[in-house]
Amino acid sequence: MRRALWLAGVLVALVALNVALPRLLNPYLFQIVVLCGINVILAVSLNLVNGFTGQFSIGHAGFMALGAYGSAMFSLHVGQGWVAALEAGHVPGVVAEGFALLLALLVGGLLSALAGYLVGLPSLRLRGDYLAIVTLGFGEIIRVIITNVDAVGASRGLPGIPGWVNFFWVGLGVAAVIFLSLNLARSTHGRALFAIRDDEVAAEALGVDTTSYKVLAFVLGAFFAGVAGGLFAHYLSYLNPNSFTFLKSIEVIAMVVLGGLGSVSGAVLAAIVLTLLPEVLRPVKDYRMVLYSFMLIVLMITRPQGLLGNRELSLTWLTRRRRRAGAPSA
Amino acid sequence: MTGDVLLELDHVTIQFGGLKAVADLTLQIGRGELVGLIGPNGAGKTTVFNLVTGVYAPTVGRMLFEGRPIQGMKPHAIAARGITRTFQNIRLFASRCCRDNVCIAAHQHARAGLADAILRTRRFEDDERDIQRRAGELLEILGLSAWADTPAAELPYGQQRRLEIARALAGRPRLLLLDEPAAGLNPQESDQLMRLIEDIRQRFHLTILLIEHDMRVVMGICRRIAVLDYGVKIAEGTPGQIRTDPRVIEAYLGEEVHADLGAGG
Amino acid sequence: MSEFLQQLVNGVTWGSVYALIALGYTMVYGILRLINFAHGDIYMLGAFFGFYAPGLIVAAGARAGEWLEGAHRVLHGVPVLGPGLGRLAAALSAAGSMADALQALLVLVIAMVGCGLLGIVIERGAYKPVRRSSRLAALITAIGVSLLLENGGVLVFGPDPKFFPQIIPSSNIALGGGVTISNQQVIILTVSILLMFALRFIVTRTRVGKAMQAVSHSHMAASLMGISVDRIITFTFVLGSMLAAAAGVLVALQNPKIEPYMGVMPGLKAFVAAVLGGIGNIPGAVLGGLVMGVAEVLVVGYVSPTYRDAIAFVLLIIILLVRPAGILGKAQAEKV
Repeated sequence: MRRALWLAGVLVALVALNVALPRLLNPYLFQIVVLCGINVILAVSLNLVNGFTGQFSIGHAGFMALGAYGSAMFSLHVGQGWVAALEAGHVPGVVAEGFALLLALLVGGLLSALAGYLVGLPSLRLRGDYLAIVTLGFGEIIRVIITNVDAVGASRGLPGIPGWVNFFWVGLGVAAVIFLSLNLARSTHGRALFAIRDDEVAAEALGVDTTSYKVLAFVLGAFFAGVAGGLFAHYLSYLNPNSFTFLKSIEVIAMVVLGGLGSVSGAVLAAIVLTLLPEVLRPVKDYRMVLYSFMLIVLMITRPQGLLGNRELSLTWLTRRRRRAGAPSA
Repeated sequence: MTGDVLLELDHVTIQFGGLKAVADLTLQIGRGELVGLIGPNGAGKTTVFNLVTGVYAPTVGRMLFEGRPIQGMKPHAIAARGITRTFQNIRLFASRCCRDNVCIAAHQHARAGLADAILRTRRFEDDERDIQRRAGELLEILGLSAWADTPAAELPYGQQRRLEIARALAGRPRLLLLDEPAAGLNPQESDQLMRLIEDIRQRFHLTILLIEHDMRVVMGICRRIAVLDYGVKIAEGTPGQIRTDPRVIEAYLGEEVHADLGAGG
Repeated sequence: MSEFLQQLVNGVTWGSVYALIALGYTMVYGILRLINFAHGDIYMLGAFFGFYAPGLIVAAGARAGEWLEGAHRVLHGVPVLGPGLGRLAAALSAAGSMADALQALLVLVIAMVGCGLLGIVIERGAYKPVRRSSRLAALITAIGVSLLLENGGVLVFGPDPKFFPQIIPSSNIALGGGVTISNQQVIILTVSILLMFALRFIVTRTRVGKAMQAVSHSHMAASLMGISVDRIITFTFVLGSMLAAAAGVLVALQNPKIEPYMGVMPGLKAFVAAVLGGIGNIPGAVLGGLVMGVAEVLVVGYVSPTYRDAIAFVLLIIILLVRPAGILGKAQAEKV
C-alpha cells in the first residue's frame, strides 16, 4: 500500500515538473536539467559496477553508445511506424509516443545489457587494471565500428531521431535507477556485491558466487547506461559517434569517484555538480576547461574518498546533523 | 574412525612449479571430530585448507566430502556443500559492519531472488528477517553484539578473530576449518577461545579441523592431531602420541615450539 | 612481398615510438600501480617543447654572443682571453645556422629536459598527495592532470595545429627489393634503440636502477633498506617523461603537424602496448609497442585506414583472453 502511494507520488511529481519546468526555465537551462538527469543515470549505473562491486570499468560510453544507436535505429525503423498506426487508430499522441519510446529504451537497454554480459565474462579471468583496459578497448571498438557503418550514419552522425523525450521520461529513468540501486544495496545481493569489493577471496570462500555477481553488476550497469543513451538519442534527435569517446567514459568515472565509491546519493550529487561545473565556468571562456581539470585534481587531493565517502545522504542523517548543530542554542 | 567419515583426502598432491607444497596426503576426518593440523612454518597447513575449500585444485588425488568428490569445484560451491573457513591473515569485509559480515555469509541460504530484493516482496522481507535474526544470534554467541554496527576494520584484533568465526558459522557448515584462530591472542583470550570452540562444536554439531601454532590450545582440545612437515604427513595420533613422536620432535627442532611440546608433557 | 616488407619497415618504426611511450607507462605502473593517463600528454608537450626549442637556441645563442662581445670589448686589451672571447661570441651568434644534426640533437635534449622537469612538478604536485588514497582517486587525479595539460596546451599554444620545423630535410634510402626507408625513419629507429639501451643500462646496472627495481617490488622493504622511495618515484617519472618527450620530437620530425590533443590516442595505444607486453615489464613494453605498430600499419595497408584505431584494442582483447597477464607478464596468484 505504502509502496503504491510512493509510486503514485513520484509519477504525479514527475508529471507536474514535466509541465512546469519548460515554462519556468529557458531552453538552455532546461537542456542542462535534462543532461543532468541523463548523467545521473550514467553515474548511478556505473556506481553499481565500480562502486558496489569494486570492478573497474572505464568503457561506460560504449554501453551508452550501444543503447543510443540501438534505440534510435528501433525508433527510426519500427517505432515511428507504430506511432503513426496507433495515432491513425485514434490513440492519443502522448500515449502512442510514450509506448514507442518505452519499447525503444528497452531495446537499447537490452542491447547494452547483452554487451555488458559479453564484457563481463572476461572479468572471470581478468583482475583490476586488466579488466579496466578491456572495457576501455570495448568502448573504443564500439565507437570505431559506429564511425564506419553507413547504416547508422557513420562519422556524419545519425539525424532525424524522433524527439519523444521530455522531462517526465528522464525523471522516470533517474527514479528507476536510484530505486533499483538503493534496494539492491540493502539486500543480500547488494551485500554480496560489497563483499566482492572488500575481499573477493573471502566472499567466494563464504559461498558468494563471485563470478555470477560480477557479471550481474556489469549487466545491470550496462542496461541503465543503454537506457541513458536511448534518452540522450530521443532528446537531441541527432547522434554523433564523437559524443561517445573515451572522454565521456572518463567523465562518468569522475562522477562516481567524486561522489564517493558505493554511495548512490554521492553519485547523484557528483553527476549534477560535474554537469553544472562547465556551464557555471562558461563566463571565463578560454580558462573554463583548464579550471575544470584543475578543480578535479584539487578535489581528489582534498577529498580522495569522494564528497560523501561510503555514506548515503539521508533524511535521518541530515536531521541528526541539524540537531547536533542546533543543540547549543536550544 | 571406521564409522562416519565426513572428509576424506585420498593421496592428495599439489605442485607449484617444482615445489610439492602438499605431497601424497591421506587424511580422514570423522563426523563430530575436532582434529588438529600442526607443523612448522611453511609445512603446507594452510595449503591443505586452500585445497579443501577449492582455492587450489589438487594436482593429483581425490577429496571426498560426505562421500562425494569435491576436487575441482569452485570455492563457493564447496561452501554451499557445507565447508567454511576462517583466514589466518584475517580477511573480513573491512568496510561493512559486523552484522553485514555475518549476513553476507548467510547469503547462500537466501531464497529470495534479485527481483524480490528490488521490488521488496513479502518473500524478500521474510528472508531478510531470518538472515538478520540468525546474524544477531551468531553475534550474541561470539560475544560481538555490542559491535554489531561497527565496521569490521575498526574492531579490536581479538574481536576481528571472533568475527571471522561468526562469519564462517553463518554459512551453516558441517565442517569448519579454523586457520590459527588463536594467533596474536593472549593466554586468557586463548583459554576463552578454547572454550568457545568446544561450545560451538557441540551447539552446531560441527566437525572442526584446526590449524594452530599454540600447542596449549591444540593439545588441550584436539583428540586427534596430524603433523605436516614439508608437505608430508609425518605423524598422526592422540596428543600423547604426538608429543613423544621422535619425527615430530625432530621436525620442530630449533623452533621454540619444541619447548612447548616438552612442557605440555 | 616487397610491399609487405615495406609495411614491416614502417610498422617497426612506428612501433618503436609506441615502445618509447609505453616504457614510461610501464615503469610508473611497476612502481606505483598507477595508470598515468597524463603520459600521452607529456609526449605532446615533448613535441611542443621541440617546436619552440630552435627559437630558444637562437635567442640564447644571440644573448650569450652579445654578452661575450661586451666582455670582449672590456677585456680586449688582455692577451689570449680577449681574442678568444671574440671568436666564441661570433660562433654563438651563428648558432642559428649550426649543423642540422647538432641542432636536432639540441632540440631533442631541450624537449627531454623540459619534460623531465615537468614530470617532477606533476609527480610532486598532483600524484604524491594522493599516493595514500585509493587507486581510483589516484587515477582520477591522473585524468585531471591529462585534461589540464591538454586544455592548458590549447590556452598556451592555441587550438590550431602548428607545423614542426623541418630541421632535417627528408630523403629516401633504398634498401633493395623495392623497399625504401627515409632518413627520418632511420633517425627514429636509431634514437629509440639508443634510448632503450640507455634505459636498460640505467635500470640494470646503476644504483638508482636497482633501487627502482627494489621499490617496484615493495615500497616498505625498499625503504627499510635505506632507499628513499619518494626520490626513486620522482626519478621514475623523470625517466618516463624524458622518453615520451623524445618520442614526441621524433614523431614530429616525420609528421610535422602538432596540436594539443595529439597525445590522446598515441598515449592510449601506448598504454595498451604496455598491457599487451605485460604491464610493469620493461622488455614487454618494447615488444608490445612493436607488435602494436606493425599490426596498425598492416591494418591500414591491407584492411582499411578507418579501422586503424580499433586494431589496438581488438589485439589487446584477444591476447588478454589467451594470456591474462600479457605476453611477457607473469600471472600472480594471490596469496590466501
